Order: sequence, then structure tokens, then C-alpha cells
Amino acid sequence: MDNLEALTSSALQAIAQAENAAELDGLRVQYLGKKGSLTEQLKSLGKLPAEERPAAGAAINQAKQQVQEAINQRKDSIDNAATGELLQREAIDVTLPGRRQQPGALHPVTRTIERIEDIFSAAGFATVDGPEIEDDYHNFEALNIPDHHPARAMHDTFYFDAKTVLRTHTSNVQVRTMEAGKAPFRIICPGRVYRCDSDLTHTPMFHQVEGLLVDENISFADLKGIIADFLKAFFEADLSVRFRPSYFPFTEPSAEVDVQCVNCKGEGCRVCSHTGWLEILGCGMVHPKVLEYSGVDAEKYTGYAFGMGVDRLAMLRYQINDLRMMFENDLRFLQQFS
Amino acid sequence: MKFSENWLREWVNPTVSGDELLAQLTMAGLEVDGTESVASDFTGVIVGEVLSVDKHPDADKLSVCQVSDGKDNFQVVCGAPNVAAGQKVPFAQVGARLSDDFTIKQAKLRGEESNGMLCSAEELGLAEKSDGIMELPDEAPVGQDFRDYLQLDDIIIDVDLTPNRGDCLSIQGVAREVSVLNKLALNSPEITEVPHTIDDVFAVELLSPEDCPRYLGRVIRNVDVSVSSPVWLQEKLRRSGIRSIDPAVDVTNYVMLELGQPLHAFDLDVLNQGIQVRRAAKKEKLVLLDGREVELNEETLVIADHEKALAIAGVMGGEHSGVSKQTRHLFLESAFFNPLSVAGKARTYGMHTDASHRFERGVDYELPKLAIERATQLLLDIVGGEAGPVVVTDAELPSTRQVRLRANRLYSMLGLEISATEVEDTLTRLGLELLEKDDVSWLFRVPSWRFDISIEADLVEELARIYGYDNLPISSSSAGSSLHTVSENRLGLRQLRRRLTAIGYQEVISYSFVEPELEKSLTRSDSEAITLANPISSEMSVMRRNLWPGLLQTLKHNQNRQQERVRIFESGLVFSRVEGEIHQEAMLGGLIWGNQAPEQWGEIARPSDFFDLKGDVESLLELSNDTASFSFVATEHPALQAGQSAQILRNDRLVGYLGALNPELQKQLDIPNKVYIFELLIKELQDIPLTEVKILNRYPSVRRDIALVIDTTIEYASLEQLIRQQAGEFLEDFVIFDVYRGENIEEGKQSLALGLTFQNPERTLNDDEINTIIDNCIKALEQQFNAELR
Repeated sequence: MDNLEALTSSALQAIAQAENAAELDGLRVQYLGKKGSLTEQLKSLGKLPAEERPAAGAAINQAKQQVQEAINQRKDSIDNAATGELLQREAIDVTLPGRRQQPGALHPVTRTIERIEDIFSAAGFATVDGPEIEDDYHNFEALNIPDHHPARAMHDTFYFDAKTVLRTHTSNVQVRTMEAGKAPFRIICPGRVYRCDSDLTHTPMFHQVEGLLVDENISFADLKGIIADFLKAFFEADLSVRFRPSYFPFTEPSAEVDVQCVNCKGEGCRVCSHTGWLEILGCGMVHPKVLEYSGVDAEKYTGYAFGMGVDRLAMLRYQINDLRMMFENDLRFLQQFS
Repeated sequence: MKFSENWLREWVNPTVSGDELLAQLTMAGLEVDGTESVASDFTGVIVGEVLSVDKHPDADKLSVCQVSDGKDNFQVVCGAPNVAAGQKVPFAQVGARLSDDFTIKQAKLRGEESNGMLCSAEELGLAEKSDGIMELPDEAPVGQDFRDYLQLDDIIIDVDLTPNRGDCLSIQGVAREVSVLNKLALNSPEITEVPHTIDDVFAVELLSPEDCPRYLGRVIRNVDVSVSSPVWLQEKLRRSGIRSIDPAVDVTNYVMLELGQPLHAFDLDVLNQGIQVRRAAKKEKLVLLDGREVELNEETLVIADHEKALAIAGVMGGEHSGVSKQTRHLFLESAFFNPLSVAGKARTYGMHTDASHRFERGVDYELPKLAIERATQLLLDIVGGEAGPVVVTDAELPSTRQVRLRANRLYSMLGLEISATEVEDTLTRLGLELLEKDDVSWLFRVPSWRFDISIEADLVEELARIYGYDNLPISSSSAGSSLHTVSENRLGLRQLRRRLTAIGYQEVISYSFVEPELEKSLTRSDSEAITLANPISSEMSVMRRNLWPGLLQTLKHNQNRQQERVRIFESGLVFSRVEGEIHQEAMLGGLIWGNQAPEQWGEIARPSDFFDLKGDVESLLELSNDTASFSFVATEHPALQAGQSAQILRNDRLVGYLGALNPELQKQLDIPNKVYIFELLIKELQDIPLTEVKILNRYPSVRRDIALVIDTTIEYASLEQLIRQQAGEFLEDFVIFDVYRGENIEEGKQSLALGLTFQNPERTLNDDEINTIIDNCIKALEQQFNAELR
């Protein structure tokens, strides 16, 4: 049986030195295969006396098992090494930037309009839109601004002909909505408006959101409530709001609304011209004549209307300090709103 | 309107600080736009008297003066050319401070001792510019502090009045408001009738009585207009932003500022026979006070004599009939013009005057009498002369308005109960007259100066205003709680915009009016552009008919700022005229330029092409959940490159265009590399079906690939259509995965590789079935398109 021991030990040595799976498989065939040298040992059992056979058989089987285990172990260790190598080969620098398209962004005015729509939508206001080239009637007369009214001088209107203008406000949409429907009304109308004025603080095109609520028993207190709530929601801050009497031909009473300066919180700064207040929107109770012009019973229904400049709200919200940036469309500016 | 705080306080003087007074005005609707001080912040200046003036021994332009402060005499060296003995002047004594870094010290000027300085109006912040020292009237009290003498501890208040409050365009009007806010009485100056000392009158005829229902005139003879207006008057005018001209004009301006009535003084000697207030004759000419000759139209009301027009009524006087240095006799006019007759007239002639500003908004028709008496008295005091009787010519005056206020309406509009006493007290103080009342309402007469009050809501506003908007209740109950439907059958602009930003497009907003040449070159000729009558500039004079001009200008702007890759979109209305009708359509347009992907290590850089843009457009169309209804058809468009442009149809309706920018335009615009643009009519995308889910097929699918060689003239779309027809209902998916032209393929041909996937929802398809279908497809392709299997 010396032979068996020598055989086993040479097998174990060879296995330990095997460098890859193929070599190992060769050793398996060489020792444990059908004609392998350890398997051959079993065949020689017959030459032994019967009483020795069991012990010798057990010894051979044990040797085979020992070799098989050694092969298994060696295989595991070769496999592990190979995997490790593979992983190492496939390792990447995870800090490199990802492969991508650069997403775009909405213009700050659009973003602001959507935000205003969302806030009012939650209060039940539907968004409607209307024409930008408008007739004199819907832009002025139906809003109680007859020809030669001094308020027309405040509008710096763009004309196409005597009776056709670029709308100077989005209030034309409230007229068209009331003409086309039946009270109650609860709408906001965002959009482009135009005035013939261009300097550091005016662009000839800008954006407004007009709001209109007409229903039974609507009072000035309701107007104050919606405006104060809106401004708090929009600026996400509990800002003071004040209402000053003002004049718009299409509302009576009319008010100008100031909000505590969002920049200095009322201390006084450059943004608010050191007054602590920002003039932010105009509003009022819909003038009975405007309701009548559009076929709404002014005895039964009352309502409020308000209008705000979106560009100014966007500038305040995102600290844009130069109005001209709004429509220059410099990508370095716009991409900041991603 | 500008006025001095002190002047206002002469009329009504509430015990509130200046700041509180300003806040009161603003919160009552008379918005204070700003304030300025009436003089610089100097100290130590008194009224001095120049006793003697001697030439400086060593300097030609200097004088050595003896100046009295009422007690002592001081030697002062003065450089002003107008200094003279006997003058009263502002005298800055040693120790006086004219500004933070300018204190008067004892000094020697070219060897002569100087103890102080004689000041010009400019040095005291009283004028922009002065030529010499300020000369004060003889009666100025020597030794009095100069600030006290001219009441310089005062501010100029600039109130931005809304057009409805013409009644506040005077000290009287503002004071009336302040008196109501503080519940104080007005201290109006006493204005009495000036008795006539001569009987001269000048005839007046109202030939257009609706335009001018009231005209007061008065002759004043033997005036001396060569004197200058008193300092107090000049100062009040100055603090209201009006320059002193001559005493006659100054007095009319003063009365306008004080009471609100614009007046006009004519030179009586140049007037022919009598005044006629009439509409201008066609093409009648008039040289105005400012020297301009205007041609009048028949809508314009003029003050004329029997020969010609003298003035545009309520706007501006004429040069010829105005007061001049030679004027000896005056004819003073104080009239009421109908606001509608004056409205817009000044603007017609490119003017805006203090008078037109007031008459357009409405001037109290009961005011002319008071104003003419006030002006007469001031004129007699300043320029002397004898006054004739006031001649009043009246036609049909506006009727007084009565307005009823219902208590329940007041409550429902403000959400606040205001007591009857307070309603009556407030409105009465505002000048309304309570005519009658019962348990539920009041009837008020509107005062003649309030042109803005005519309906109940106006009275509600007056009460709210005086009560204070900030003191009114506030309620959040109008915020609705009803849910409104958001339709899934309508594709919103928001979804389209979101999709575009997600695939790398930046939103821009450009002007709706653009440069006409560029606009024209980018637009089909089947519509007309709409042109502004009064554009800001010629580059912004025509309304865009598509969104491309703005997108291309934006590209240029950014290309000029070293951007190398631009992907932008815009949504908005486009405008056109077709057969006289104006069309306004909401569009969505986009542009890509530069490489398809931003510069990065992991992608091979390649320029964007038509199919990149088309893929983006397809991804927008997919939002419709109805992609089968859309098709792309090769087309021509002036903005696009022939052979790389397509129109987009939904069934048979035009949805938009896409393609490469016409290379000629690209060259004109000086844009390197190709630009790809698209536009879509939003309304054509908006009707969308709701998703209806199909049952998932659980049988195995079979894919067959075929490679064809086919003429390049055969459009893929028609090939796909044919295959879909032939392949029948079991064709589950169809893909083209290769298009090849070049080596090994004959010129004019291309090789296409197609993948067809088949599936039967009820059983597994067998090979024979699929082979038959594929054979049919190939046969049809051979027959119709002369295709060869590769």
C-alpha cells in the first residue's frame, strides 16, 4: 500500500500546483478518471486476500475522496482568483460624470404663471385664455374706458388701426368669458400683454394674470382675503399686505395692493425704493357697468377682479434685478431655472 | 401734482407729523410719489441789507460791501455782478454752514477782509442755476433768519393722482381730503367780490354751448406787468414746479394751483370786438404760446374774437393775444369747459398742459366765479389797475347728480356695518348733500367738483376710503372648495412643455412683434402679416406668423455669446390675416443646433440632424396617445431646405412643419452649421383618446428579418404601409433597423433591413404560416417597388 500513499501524495502535490481549471481537470482524469491511477488501484483489489480487501478498499476510497476534495478546493480557489481578476479588469471610475442629455427648463415667467395657476386652481379658479389682438370694445369700452378717457393715456396702446389694438391687459378675457357664459364665474387669465413703452423698467411686452370672481354676495372683504392669502402662498411667507384706494375704470371700489418688501422684510432697501412696500397688484369690485355690458345682472351678482404683473413677481421671487434679462433669452440665465 | 406741505397746512393743519400726513394721503388714494426739501440744509443765513458797494482795490470783478444785519455792520467781499447798495439779500454770516463741508469763515480776499458771504439762490438750493446773488424785496425784514423769512423748513410733496380725482389737482382739493380724514374744518382764505371801479365790459358769445356752458370774463385796465411777482408767490409756484414768468401769468397759475381753476389772461388791446367760443373752422390756423403753428380740426373748441381763433379752449392760449411786456389792459377768462369736449384735444396736437390736464378730468363748474375774484384781487395788488364788472355768460350747465345709497348694499359690498351717523357725517364732510333718508337708504346730491361720483358703488368707495381699506374686514370664504374636472381627453400645454424640457429643450419667450424682412422670409405666402401702426421700432413692427423669427434671433443671441449647442422652444400665439380676417393661433415651435449631445467623455460627438429633430417631434406626438393618426409628408416651405422638410398631418389636417433651415437663410443669418426647426399647431394635438388597455398576448412571438435592395426614390412610409397590408393582423411589431447606401450597393439604390414580429392571440403560429406571410410581403415588394431580396 506504499504505492497508494505515494500516489496520493503526488496527486495532492500536483493539485496544489495546478494553475487553472483545465490543468486541474487533467489531474482529475489522471487520478480519478475511469482509467485514473487511483481508480486502477481498486481494480487491483482482486489480487489481495479476501480478508484484506475491505480495509484496502476503504483506504483507496479514502484516498480518492481526499484527492477529490483537494481538487474541489483548488478549483474554488482558482475560480475565486479568476473572478477577482475579472472584477478588477471590469472596475470603473464611478466618479466620472454620467452619460446624458442636458435637460432644459421652463422660462421663469412660465414657471411663475404655472405657480399662480396652481395656487388659484386649489381655490377653484379655472384658467382661461383669449386673443392678444383685440378690438377696442373688449380692451376698453366694455371695461368702462370710453374713447378719450384719461385712463387710455395710461395705457400706451399699440394700434393696428383705429379699432384694433394689442391688448393692454388680460382684462379682455374677463369680458369675453362673461359674455360667453353665465354667472357665477371663477377664472384666472394669464397671458402676454403689450404697451408701447420701452426703457430700463418697461418692456413693450410683459405678462399679467387677471382674476375674476362673480357670484352672489361677494364683498370687498372676500377680495382682501383672496389677495392676502394668495400673496402669502406665493411668497411662502407671512408678509404684511396693505390695500390703498386707487382707480381703475372697471372696478369700484378699486385698490392698489402693496406687500411688505420681500427683500428687506419692510426695513427699506433698494428693491422697495426704501418704502418697505412693494406695489404688487391692482384690484377692486367689478364695476356694475362692466357686469351690465357683459350681460350679468349687477343687482343679483357682485364680484371682484384683480390683475398682477407676472414678470415683476418672477423678478421678486428669483431675485432677478434686470428686467431686460427676461426676454433676451440668454441660455446662461435661463438654465438657472432647471 | 406737486405742492408744499406748508401751503397745505395753511388750509388745514391737522396735529399729525409730516410723515403721518404723507401716509394719510397715500392711504386715502392720493398716492405720495415722493418728497423733496424746498432748499438745501443750510444754517446761519439771515436777511441782510447792502449799505454800500465799493470796487475792490486789487480785483476787477470783486466788490467790497458794507452789509447790515440790523444791528451791526460787516465788511463782505462779493463777486456777484448784480450787487448794489440798498439791496436786501440772503447774508451767510461767519459760522454759517451752507453744506456739510462748507462753513463760512472770516477771510481775506486779495487783501480785503470779508466777514461772510452774500448768497445766490443756487447756493441755497433754491434754484438750479443763478447768475448773481438773490435779491429780496425791500420789505424783507433785515436780521430775520432767512429760513424763517421764506419758510424754508418745508417739503415739496409729489402726489400721483389717479385720473378720477381731478378735484384734487389743487391745494383746495387736497386740503378738502385732509380735512375729512382728520375731521377738521377748512381754513379757506377769505375771497371776496372785488367791486368794479370801471364799467368796461367785453362781449362774450357761446356759439357751442354744450362744449362751453359757462364763461366769465372781466376787463382790467391800466395794469403794469413790468413789476415782478412777490417772493411769496414765486416761492409757492416754485414749490409746485412752476416757473415765474410775469405777474399776470403767475397769478393765473397761482389761482389754478390754489383753487383748481385754470384761467387765461388776454391782452385786451389785440382782441377784435368780442369773444366767441366756437368750434374751429376746418384747417383754421393758430400760433400757440409756445410759438408752434397748428392747423385746427373741426372737433376743436377755440376761444376766438370776431376775426380769428385766439386760443385752444382749455388747452393753450395763442401767442398773438397773450400778455406781453406792452400789455396795458387785460381781459381775464374763467370758464367751464365740458370734459368730453376737451378730452384728447391736447394729445391731438401733441401737447399736455396744466389746463388740459385739469379740464379733461373735470373742473368744478361753480368755481369760475370764486377764481376770477381771487385772481382779480391778486392782480390789483400786484400790477395795479381798475377792474370792470365780472360778466357771466351761462348756457346749459351739467345737472347735479343724485345718488341713492342702500344700507344693505353698503353692508354686502364691504362686509361691514357702518352706522348711519358715520355714513352721513363722512359723506357730508366730503361735500355731498343729504337730500332725504329713510330706514333703508339715503339720497345724496353730488358736489359740483366730484365728476367721479355717479353711482352707488362710488359712494361705497368713498366710505371705504375714508374708513380706511386696511380697517375693513377680511374674509377667506370666497376661496372655493368645489372640485373641477381635469379632462384626460385634452392634451395640455403643460404636458408638451414638460416633455420638451425633459428631452433637453430650454423654454424661451420672445417678442410677438418681429423684424418684417426676416418674418417674411420664414413664412409661406398664403397669408398676410399684420403690421403695427405705432411700433417701438422697425425691428419690432410686424406680428409673427410663426415662432421661428424669435427662435432664430434667440439662437443668434446665444451663438454670439459663445454657445455651441442650442436646443430651445417657445409657445405662444402667431398672427396672420387671411382674406381680411385676423387669425390668432397657439403654436409650439422648437429649434436645435449643434451637437446632438452635450460635450461629454462617454458619447461620440456628432451634429444633430433631421432625424434627431423628428424623433423629438414624434415624442411630442406620442403624448396624443394617437400616433397612428399622424403622418409626415415631404413638402416645400420657404423657411426650410428643399429635400429636408416635411409637413406633419393628423389624418388630413395640417399640424405643422419640420426640417432643416433653408441654407440661404442660414447663410444670411450667418449661422455656421445646420439648424433644424419645427412648429406645431397646439389645437391639432389637443384632442386625445383615453388609453384603452389591450389584453396581453401569452403565445410566443416569432421574428423574421428581411434585407431588401430598393430604389432610393421609394419612400419608407409607403413601403411600411405595403408590408403592414400584406402581413395582416398577426404582425405584432415592425422595425427598420438598418438603412445602407454605398459600397456593394448599386448607385440609386439602398439596402434596408426590416424586422417583423408575428403573434397570434389564440395559438402558437407555425413556420408554414409565417413563411407564407413573408413570401407574400416579398412578392408584393418585388412587384410594386421592384425590390430585390438581398
